[in-house]
Formats: sequence, C-alpha cells, structure tokens
Amino acid sequence: MRVSVKWLSEYLDLSDIAPVELADQITLTGIEVDDVTLPSLTLDNLVVGEVLTAEEMADSDHLKVTAVDVDQEAPQQIVCGAPNVKAGQKVIVALPGAKLPNGLKIKKSKLRGVESNGMICSLQELGFAEAVVPKKAEDGIYVLPMEAKTGHSVLPYIGLDDAFIELDITPNRADALSMRGVGYEVGAILSQKPAFPEVTVSEDRSENISDYIHVSVDNSQDVPVYKMRVIKDVTVQESPMWLQRKLMNAGIRPIDAVVDVTNYIMLEYGQPLHAFDYDALESKTIRVRRAEQDEKLVTLDGQERRLNPGNLVITNGEKPVALAGVMGGENTHVTGATQTIALESALFESSVIRKTAQSLNLRSESSARFERGLNTAAIERALDHAAQLIADLGNGQVVSGVARVEAIQPESKQVTIALERINQALGTDLVMDEVVHLMDRLGFDSETSTRELTVTVPPRRWDIEIEADIIEEVVRLHGYNRLPATLPKSESIPGELTHKQQRVRDTRHFMEGAGLSQAISYALTTNEKAAAFSRVEGEPVKLDWPMSEEHQALRKSLLSGLLDNVQYNVARQNKHVGFYEIGRVFYPVTDSKLPREVTHVAGALTGSRVEANWQEDEQPVDFYAVKGILEEWFTVIGVSDEISYVPTNTYPELHPGRTAKVRWQGQVVGVLGQLHPQLADERDLKETYLFEIDMDALLDTDKEPLIYSSIPKYPGTSRDVAFVVDETVLHETVLSVMKENGGKWLKSIRLFDLYQGENIEQGKKSMAYSLSYQNPEATLKEEEVTSDFEQIKKALVEELNAEIR
Amino acid sequence: MEMEEKLTALLEEAKAEIGNAAGLKELESLRVKYLGKKGEVTSVLKGMKDLTPKQRPVLGKLANEVRDAITARLSEKKETLEQEALKKQLAEETIDVTLPGKKVTTGQPHVLTQIMEEIEDLFLGMGYQVIEGTEVETDYYNFERVNLPQNHPARDMQDTFYITPDVLLRTHTSPIQARTLEQHDFANGPLKMISPGKVYRRDTDDATHSHQFHQIEGMVIDENITMADLKGTLELLAKKMFGEEREIRLRPSYFPFTEPSVEVDVSCFKCGGKGCNVCKQTGWIEILGAGMTHPHVLEMSGVDSRKYGGFAFGLGPDRIAMLKYGVDDIRNFYLNDQRFLEQFKRKG
Repeated sequence: MRVSVKWLSEYLDLSDIAPVELADQITLTGIEVDDVTLPSLTLDNLVVGEVLTAEEMADSDHLKVTAVDVDQEAPQQIVCGAPNVKAGQKVIVALPGAKLPNGLKIKKSKLRGVESNGMICSLQELGFAEAVVPKKAEDGIYVLPMEAKTGHSVLPYIGLDDAFIELDITPNRADALSMRGVGYEVGAILSQKPAFPEVTVSEDRSENISDYIHVSVDNSQDVPVYKMRVIKDVTVQESPMWLQRKLMNAGIRPIDAVVDVTNYIMLEYGQPLHAFDYDALESKTIRVRRAEQDEKLVTLDGQERRLNPGNLVITNGEKPVALAGVMGGENTHVTGATQTIALESALFESSVIRKTAQSLNLRSESSARFERGLNTAAIERALDHAAQLIADLGNGQVVSGVARVEAIQPESKQVTIALERINQALGTDLVMDEVVHLMDRLGFDSETSTRELTVTVPPRRWDIEIEADIIEEVVRLHGYNRLPATLPKSESIPGELTHKQQRVRDTRHFMEGAGLSQAISYALTTNEKAAAFSRVEGEPVKLDWPMSEEHQALRKSLLSGLLDNVQYNVARQNKHVGFYEIGRVFYPVTDSKLPREVTHVAGALTGSRVEANWQEDEQPVDFYAVKGILEEWFTVIGVSDEISYVPTNTYPELHPGRTAKVRWQGQVVGVLGQLHPQLADERDLKETYLFEIDMDALLDTDKEPLIYSSIPKYPGTSRDVAFVVDETVLHETVLSVMKENGGKWLKSIRLFDLYQGENIEQGKKSMAYSLSYQNPEATLKEEEVTSDFEQIKKALVEELNAEIR
Repeated sequence: MEMEEKLTALLEEAKAEIGNAAGLKELESLRVKYLGKKGEVTSVLKGMKDLTPKQRPVLGKLANEVRDAITARLSEKKETLEQEALKKQLAEETIDVTLPGKKVTTGQPHVLTQIMEEIEDLFLGMGYQVIEGTEVETDYYNFERVNLPQNHPARDMQDTFYITPDVLLRTHTSPIQARTLEQHDFANGPLKMISPGKVYRRDTDDATHSHQFHQIEGMVIDENITMADLKGTLELLAKKMFGEEREIRLRPSYFPFTEPSVEVDVSCFKCGGKGCNVCKQTGWIEILGAGMTHPHVLEMSGVDSRKYGGFAFGLGPDRIAMLKYGVDDIRNFYLNDQRFLEQFKRKG
C-alpha cells in the first residue's frame, strides 16, 4: 500500500513530523515501511508550459518544433517528438538544469541543427509507471488542464509535491489496506484522533431503487452482504485532476470518472466496488450464485473465461455479468455512452475469491482485499460515498434507496482480559490506566473492573479477536524498546546432544581431520541423478509440479550431488578434490504417505591426496586411500570389529573390479569404489573414488560401554610369513584363515608386502604378513609361539594352496 | 729419587700430549698409555715394591697425585673435545628453516554448518535440546498445525513444493515444534528446543533466492514465560553471532504461529549503526522473526494455553552467513567451489 502523506494529512495533523520520521514510527509501532520517497527532493526545474505553436520540423517525419510559454521573457523553442503535442496545450516542461528520474539531465541542445531549450515530458519520464498513466497519454506527453498556471512548478498538479510511504502490509493487517485504516493506525501511533469528512447522499426521491433493481443471493455464506445503488443521468467523462493524481500516485491508472471513483473509494475505505452499465444488464434483477460447470463469461480484459462451481458470479438473473470480487464482465462495463450506473458494494467469502483469483491467475486490488476480509461497517458507507461522488462528477442523481441482502450486520466485538495476564505475557508492570489509554489511542473503548478490562473492538479491526491480539496491541503501542530483557526463569534441564547427534558431529570432525571438506548439495535433482548410485528399490520421490527439470526429484543417494561438485571444481582448475557430505536421502515407501528419510555420509575424492613437493612424491587418490579413511572412521564410531568388504560388480556407475559393498553385522550399509571410467570420461574427470554409508544403520545402535583393557605388562613377540598364492585369493580370506588357525595368543595381523611381477609365476602373487602374539598374563615362550605359527603356515598351505617362501 | 723425577716428568709429558690430542680416539689411547693396566704410571707404581718402606708412602702419595692430575686433564680435555664435536655436528646439520613444512591436509566444515553449530552450542548451554524432524512433511503439520489453515492468505508468503496434495517439502522447521509439543510431558520440565535443518520454497534460484536453504527455529514453552524473556534470549543470540556491542530492536510483524509477532533487527555490525551500504543507511539489519507462541498452536497440540505459554523464533543461517561474511550470492553455499569453502577454514 502506497500512502500519500498529503492524503493522510486530510485526516491527521502531520505538520510537526517529517515523512521519514513518521515512516520510522510506523515501522517500529505498526507496519513495516518498505520505502519512503520524496520526489520533490530530486525533481527541479519542471514547470507548466503553454504550447504556442507546434510546427513539423523540416527534415523529420516525427519531430516538431514548438514555441512554449513558460512565463519567461520570451517563449522557449523546444523540439518535441511526441505525436500528440499541439498548440494550445498546457504541458509539463523540463527546463535546462532539470534532472529526470531516469538519469537524463536537461540542457540547452540542438536536434538536427535546431535549438531546443528543454523538453516537454511524458508522465513516464517523471517516474510514473507505464501501467498507471492514462491511456491517452501513454504514447506521448501528458496534457495538463487549462487552469494550470503557466510558469509555475508542475509538481502540485501531478501530485509529486508529496511524500509516499510504501507499507508492506502483512496478511493480518488488511485493515490498513485503506487510507482510513492507515489514518486510524497512524492516529494511534501519534495519539491523534483522525477526522474523516462526513458523507451525505442527496437522493432523488422521485424514484426508488426498487423501480430499478432487485438483488438476491443464493447462499448467504458465499455472500453475507450484497448492496447496490443506482445513479441515473450520468455523463461519463474524464476525472478531475485531483482524482487522477491521487490514483496515479497510489499506483492505479485513471480510466474515467466512474471507474476512478470506485477505485478511489476502494483506496479510501478498503471496500472494493463495481460499477455496471445498468442498461447493459438488460434486467431488473441481480442474482449472485455459483457458476455452472463450463459456464462462460468474457471479462473486462476481453478474455473468455470458462467457469466452474468454485466461482461466484453476478448474474442478471440469467447469464453472468461479472466474476464476483475478481473482475467485471465486458458486456456490462461502463462506457462513454453509459447513462445509468448500478453500483455494487458487497462482502464475498474470502476463500471463494481466493480460489477463483488463483485458478484464473487474476489477482487484483479488489480480489486481494476480499481475500483478506473487509470492514463490514464500511460496506454501505463506501457505497454511499461513491454514489454521491459519481453523481457529482457526472452531473447525475442518486436514486433513492439501497437494494440489499444482508445476512450479517457490522458489530463490535468484546474481548475481556485480566491486567495480570497482559503483564505476565509481556514481563511488564503496566497499570490499568496505561492499558486503557493505549486502547483509547486505538479508538477502542474499554470498561474496567479491579483486575480485568473489557475492550470493545469496532468492525474496522476484524483481526482482533482473542487475548493475544489485545496483548499485541498493548505491547506495540507501549513500545518494544521499553520491554525489559530477561532470560526464562525455568527449572534448569541439561541441554545435550543425543548420542546420534554427537556421533554425527564426531563424524564431521573425523572427515575434516582426514582431509575432506564438507559440501552441502541440493536434495532436489534430476530424475536420473536422484536414482543413481542407489540399490534401494523404487522410483525416487518426485515433485508434483516442479519448477525445473534440474530440481524435480529427491535424491536416493548423496553421490550424484557430490560428483557434480567434484566436476564443478575440476572444470575450474581445482584438480584435487576431497569432499564429504552428511545429509538425507529419500526412499519411497509403498504404504506410507511420507518417504523414509535416511541420513547418509558420502565422500568423493579425485586428484592427489598429497601433491608432489620437494620432499615427497605425488600420492594420487586410490581405492585404498579412501578405504583407509573409512576403516579409521569405523574404529572411531566403534563398529570396526563387525565391518567387512565384499567385492561387487552390481553398481553400473562404479568400476566392476574396484568396488566393495560395506557390510556391518552381515547387512549391507554402504559402498566404496571407483567411479566407472566411462562416467568419469563423460564428466572429464580423472580417477575418482566414492563412498556412501548409511549412518542411521550404524548410529541407531545402543552405545556399547567403553571399558579400558590393561596395558600388557609382558613383552609380545612377532613372526613374519611370506607366501605365494593365486592372485584371486582375497586378503580377507587370508585373514580369516589366519584368525581361525592363529591360536589364542595371536593379537594382530599386518600385511606388509604384496607383490606381483618378475620372479612370481603368472597368475600368482606374493604376500607377506607380520603376526603379533601376546599373552597378557605372562611372557610368551618361544615354543608356544612357534607351534601356533606353524599351525597358521600349515593352514595356509592346506586351505589356500599357498607356497610358503 | 729417580722414581720421583720419573713421575714428575711423566706428568709433564702427559699434560703436553693431552693438550695436543685432536680427537676422542687419541685421548682414549693416551688414557691407556698412561693409566691403563700396562700404562706408564701403572708401571711406575708397579716398581714401588722395590722401594724402602720409608720411601713408599711418599712416593705412593706422589703417584696418586700424578694419576689424579692426569685423570682430571683427560676428562677436562674430553669435555672440550665433545663440545667441539657437538658444535661441529650441529653446524653440519643446519637446515633451511624457511623451506615449507610437510603439508597436513585437513578439510573444513561448511560455513553454514559453522553458523548452525555455533547457535546450537549457545542454546545447548542454556538447556535447550536439538530436535530434528523430517524434510518431507504433511500439509497438516507444515501448515495447519502452525495455524495456517487451507486458504489462509498467509500461505501466499510461502510457495511450496508439493509431492502429493497433502505431502510437501517442509517450508520451515516449524512442524517439528508441533510434533514435539504434542509429545512433550510438562511433568518432566519445560520444553526448550531448537531445530536446525534444510527447508524448501518454490523459488527460482538467483543471487538472493534459493529453493533450498536452512533454518533454525527455537521454542520455549513453560509456565510464566514472558516476551521480555524472548527479548533477552534474542539479545544474547545477536551478541553471540555479531559481537558483544550489538543491540537489537523488535518491530511488529506477523507470523501465523506467533502472537505478538516481531521482526528483529540487529544494529549494523559494519558501521555500528551510523548507516552504510550493508544496512542500507538505516543502521539496522533484519536478522530473524520471533514471537509468543500462538494459543491456537498450543491448543492444537493438546497444551493448555491458559497454563502454558512461551516464545518461538526462527532465523536463516544462509542469510546470517551472507550478512556476516559479505557473501553476495546465496548460490555459493550450494555450488561447493573449494575456493569459496576454504575461505571459512579460519575460525570466525
């Protein structure tokens, strides 16, 4: 809502407060101010000029050379390109020195050799939006009324000698979508009672409304109030300047005096009105009903609308003549030939209007007001005021009486609240008188007992219904800056992270310590990427109405997103990338509305772990670098004992020979592997390694108590074994053979060499392990260890066909 | 007296030789030469048995003196030589300390995580629990239970990604409040919670809009919670995030789930309130929304709003990070460009 300070001054004394200061107070006490504009601060040297002559310029097809009287010694010669400039007009002249809002500085200049001492301006050139400029002035200059005084500043004529406060009105404060509403609000802020001019209708008693029209509504829930007046013998003409400039400065285009009055009254009261050409109704009946399925109506904008029973229509008893609360019909709109006006002022059910405006994509100033509710006390006042004004401006007469259907009457509400309740909610020590005074500033009467007050809330503040609403009014007028600042004095309870939250943090810190940086990617992605890298059944969860293909489905794996990040970086010369991400993946669940959300941790690495430097060779990322990170993490979160790695070639996105499923307690909890070289090629990536683990599966388990085991007092001993086996024998298999046959003192097994190549038979590999033995109770005897060690060697030979070296 | 002279001469000879010794090895051979089992002093002493009993103690004393003197010289010299050797070794071992160290690679948390963790820690310290919900929610919990019924005009404030007519991507973390409220047993004490997480809005991504962003909401419900408590809590938060000298101001606003509702500005941390481009010359920067939990929200969760009440607040880590670090494009948070992320390795 764009509020003209001049207009507001018709209701309040604003002479002592600067617009910027007023805006500050409004923001702090009531409604957020988006912007304050004072056009006159920058607009200068703009005067009324009278065009004396306008001659076609010799060698131009559109320029004219004019002589313009600007009340200086001699008329000024100005070259003008507007098609509508004519001798005898009063126009807006920007003299040399003027600076226009579009940045143009006006100087004496020459156009095609012809001197030009200024510029004749359109409204757009003064900063008015195209959409508010009257149609006839759209493609040219704006013509002022003849009474404009030549040589005087033009700003008062077009309303730019004003300040404008742009209010950002929240849905609860629709009462301030009108100048009167803003008047009450600012009055409360400034402790002034707004004064509104009385409106009386002078009716023509010779005829009664019932001679003209009868109104009915099918459903009073849809239309609680419907009223109509008729104004006869009207000449539809252009609005006077005062009305045009009020509308333009509020952001509404002047059309003609009738339409302009309806808009003006809507701005003043917040009550949308609609004017019909009475004769075009071709009926003495107005019936408001739901539209029939596929019923058609051509609206004011020339569009044929196909309606349905979700829409409310105004009919002439048979066919629709307007889409209630949203837009009028083309067949009944007011034209220059209209003589009799049927003027509607009504209350329509907000959700019906909202749905209609939404489904037809027809949001208007009027539908926005119906959607948010109306001041029921203004329905008839607005109607009366508009009818009188239309009559005044069109030399017509208001027919006596109002045609009406009313299921409700404007009523004040009463809210009772204990003073203690207010102070308790706010942490204040207000006394009764203070609260009563605050209510009085709002124009609310209150009755008090020793402990309670009962506030009478007029219909213009239909947002106020419950105690909390009164508390809000009290605190904002009292001033938030006067509220003390304390902390809750509640019983203290320990604040701590849950086991899982703590583990997630531990995981983050671990991954960062391991050299990976945290990435946060989009959870919404393409259908294809959402499904990639996941072996979980079912299509990804998809949006009903996505905005783009890029973001239409919820990811089932974090890896596509991480891979996008890697690709983004590599394409920008960040060749060495190590990312991890912790986030949700989403799995469809057959018989549940909601998908299953699982927290995963995933990683993506490419390039080098260590770049070649003066001391070290380059260490490119490989499978085992990534596996090492996971192994250590499993130790940190206490699950390493039951983790195993199983080769897999079932992920089409991963290298079939370099991928392992990660299993914990026998169940698959994740995957680790190299991005398939073909996919890497497509993304212009070098070897890239990925992992993704279901954290929920690992972290939802109960925390096992950690108990210290004593540091061995006795020395341990170790044995090395080297052997040659088939290259297909897995390390994991060797380990399990060793563990099974290791004897009770075998404490740890470490692979320290793996070799294939020269001196080793084709298809074979040489492996060397170091075995550590330890007896926590005593020093191990050589013979004990030797016999256990021999047992292992024997088992390797027998079970793996190993050749001990 | 022959032996006496011999001993004295031996001492002088040893002194000279020890003095000239060039290394530890040579010194050791001198020790052997003079003091060893077959050494010269020893052999002089061995000759004592041929002396008269009267001569023996005199000569014995002298011999011990000579031996002690040589021993002392030897160890003195040894120390000197060791010092020299060490000095030499150290000189040889000198390195260029300006060469770069071996690279330790660590990663860093995402800047948004840093902001959220800082806030979580502040509130954990004040006895709040961290409660996370699901990112896919029902229309019922996301809207109706926070006082936003169907066709409420305020639904326009939040454009929503729907999956089905009643399932959506949460537009705020508020549904967690409703879900937690209906579970909470006030017999176990007040409810103090914060809920961080991802939220989604139907927005076209540009420099200031993102279809995915983050939110942290907090809520306290108990008997006797006042709006002054909200103000004090938010003051603490603002100072923690933006510095001790910051002030806050509350302005009336509207959120369906709180009443009274306020928007909260912090005094500009760039100019201190004088007015600059960050605060658009106002001296204040909007950082969060808050209010007293609406009685309808409490009642819908089965909480007696006559007995219990409290406050809620919500802020956007993305916006906070943009303000705090001068990030001018929200998309930076989700592109994961290492050159961007690494700048936040330094702890703010």
